[in-house]
This record gives sequence, structure tokens and C-alpha cells, in this order.
Amino acid sequence: MAKIIAGVGCSHVPAIGAALDLGKTEEPYWKRVFSGFERSKQWIAQLKPDVAIVVFNDHATAFSVDIIPTFALGCADEYAPADEGWGARPVPVVPGHAELASHIAQSVILDEFDLTIVNKMEVDHGLTVPLSLMFGKVDKWPCPVIPLAVNVVMFPPPTGRRCHLLGRAIRKAVESYPEDLRVVIFGTGGLSHQISGPRAGLINSEWDRNFLDNLTKDPIALTGIPHVDYMREAGAEGIEMVMWLIMRGALDDDVEETYRFYTVPASNTAVGHIILEPRRSA
Amino acid sequence: MTRIDHDYDDIPGTYVFDAERSRRGYGINMFCMSLLKKANRDEFKVDEAKYLDRFKLTSAQREAILKRQWNRMLELGGNIYFTAKLGATDGLSFQQVAAIMTGSTQPEYADMMLNGGRSAEGNRSKSEWKDRG
Repeated sequence: MAKIIAGVGCSHVPAIGAALDLGKTEEPYWKRVFSGFERSKQWIAQLKPDVAIVVFNDHATAFSVDIIPTFALGCADEYAPADEGWGARPVPVVPGHAELASHIAQSVILDEFDLTIVNKMEVDHGLTVPLSLMFGKVDKWPCPVIPLAVNVVMFPPPTGRRCHLLGRAIRKAVESYPEDLRVVIFGTGGLSHQISGPRAGLINSEWDRNFLDNLTKDPIALTGIPHVDYMREAGAEGIEMVMWLIMRGALDDDVEETYRFYTVPASNTAVGHIILEPRRSA
Repeated sequence: MTRIDHDYDDIPGTYVFDAERSRRGYGINMFCMSLLKKANRDEFKVDEAKYLDRFKLTSAQREAILKRQWNRMLELGGNIYFTAKLGATDGLSFQQVAAIMTGSTQPEYADMMLNGGRSAEGNRSKSEWKDRG
């Protein structure tokens, strides 16, 4: 039986990818950001998950305004890194896990989540930056990836509650898969940031800290936050944080926060990172 | 049609890209999307106005694009992830576009970010921005 063994929350700021790709990781500005992921890279290298489900959003790359799926699950064998206007990131093609992905799709649709199935999709920094942060610079990604793209570009994104419930449905799906696979789930995006309009540059560290605290101890409280509160308090684009609730919903109700990192800024954004693991019984 | 009021319309300095803006801004966003292809970027640069004829745009939207009125583009239905592609076509970094939208220079803006960003204090409601017009 497959099992979800850990959750990872991680920002996906595009400038982080650019800094990595242009060899700026030793510059003080960027070293501050990357140093927060050193322990996590070791952790995941030791964990050796068989599959990573990565909840992310597309930024007008694979999806324009022609088709805007609320939840789109990648069921392909692989995903090419997209050219976002300045050439594709020099990272390996992302291998998929079509078999588990299509099993999840079938299971969650019967669980009343009307998601979209994507059999062909290029992936942008939203997906590849978290992979780079966690797995480092590699010739080949260490495990297959199942991308779950969430619309957080056009308002309204799915509610936090809906995201959390989808996480639960994904967990149920994973646990009904017969092969013994160890699965990690990433929630990406955020934390507080606004990159549009005269209020751009908004950062709310207090909000971010509360969000991270409650992610472990009271995620149900987070599921009740209305969209307007995210946008007002954490910036118009801070609403990406609802994606972390999908990750959270896929974990045990009671989890242990085993790592946290937070820094401001990376470009225009507060960078947050958390690792949640099942609580070890005493 | 007049715009329906929403709770988020009270957030100052913010144009929420909602269903109505998405509908009105389809042309702006699909124009920006086209700039992902180098051949299109090159063609746009040769004759911007002529290139825009390919898209269904209002005269206000055309003007906002040609004059690089970044906030006006958002107000008229553009979305930042799309308009950023126009910024990239102009050779501007994302932070440069952000700085322009906030009415500051790029160094000022970068400095604000290094100092923890724009506080939520005083920036939550339009009632707090009255003096900013």
C-alpha cells in the first residue's frame, strides 16, 4: 500500500530559479535564502521518497486565459520545463508517475472533486523552483513527480476548506494504491507577497508566522480564512497560500513540525519553508 | 455594465483579477501571452500598433499597452503574470515593473523590500489611503 510519509511547504519565487541557474547562490543576498534549504536537501536525500506530489500554480505558461482549470492533475509520463520568455530553465525534464496519478484522478473524482486531467503540460518555475530547492542541482530528478496545478491566478481560487478536503481525498487515493510507494507531498507558493498594482511589495511577517504555526497545530482554523483576508493581509498574490492546505490535508491530523525557515525577501516575496512529519509515538 | 461591488474592492492599490476583469481583459492577456514566442516579440517591436491589430482591444486598452501604463492595464483586465511578459519584452525585470507600479524607482523599491517590504499597517483599506488620491 502506498503511503504519504511527509509534507513540505515551500515558496516558488521565480528569481530563486534565476539565481540558481545564473550561479548566484554564493552572493550574500541569495546565500541567505539558499542556506535555509541545506538541511532540507539532506533530509530528503535520506528520506528517498518514491514519488513527490507537487501542488503548484502555473503562471500564464501552460494555461493562458483560454482554459482556467481550478484543479488540474498531471497524468503524463513526463513534463518539459517551459520557456517563460527568457529560455527554459536548464533543469532536467520532470518525470511523471502516470500510473499513480491516474489512480488518484479516478479516486478523487469519485470522491466528488471534479478535477481536470492533463496529459500534456509544460511546467514553469512554480513547479521547478521547489524541486531545485529541495533536490539541488541535479542531472536527473531523484523521483517521479505528480504535478497538481491549482488556479490561483484568476479570482476566485478554490477556498482553503476545499483545498484541505482535496488533500484528504488525495491521501485516501494514495492509501488505496496497491504498490508500496512512499510519497511526499509539496505545497508551494507564497508566503505573503503582492506583485501587482500600487500596493506591490506588501509583506506581512506576522501573518506568515501565524499561518505556519497553525499549519501544524490548527489547520482547520486556516481553512476558514476568507479570500479577502488573504489578499488584504498577505497581498493579492499571497492567496497562493491556499495551496499549502492541500498538502496539509493529505497528512495526519496530528503532525510534527520538524523544520521551518523564513526569510524576507526573495525579490518581492517572503520565503517560507516547512517540513511536517507524522508524529513519532512516544 | 457597471462593476458589481465586492468586499475586496476596498483593498487599496490592488486590482483583483476576478471573473469580470478576466472577461474584459481577454485581449490584453492573450496579446501578452503571444509575447512568449520570440518571433512575435520581434514583430511587436517593429510596429507595436500594427501588431496590436491582431487582438480585440478597446481603445483604452490599446493606449494603456502602447504607453506602458502598467496599473491601467491591470485596471482594464490585464493580469500581472501576463503583463510581466510585456515587461520582459521591454527588457525590464519584474522588480522594475513592480517599482513603476508603486511610483518609486527600482533602487527605492528594492530597498523597501530589503527592509522587510511594505507593511500591512496603513495599507489594508482604501479609507487609509484617502490622502493618496
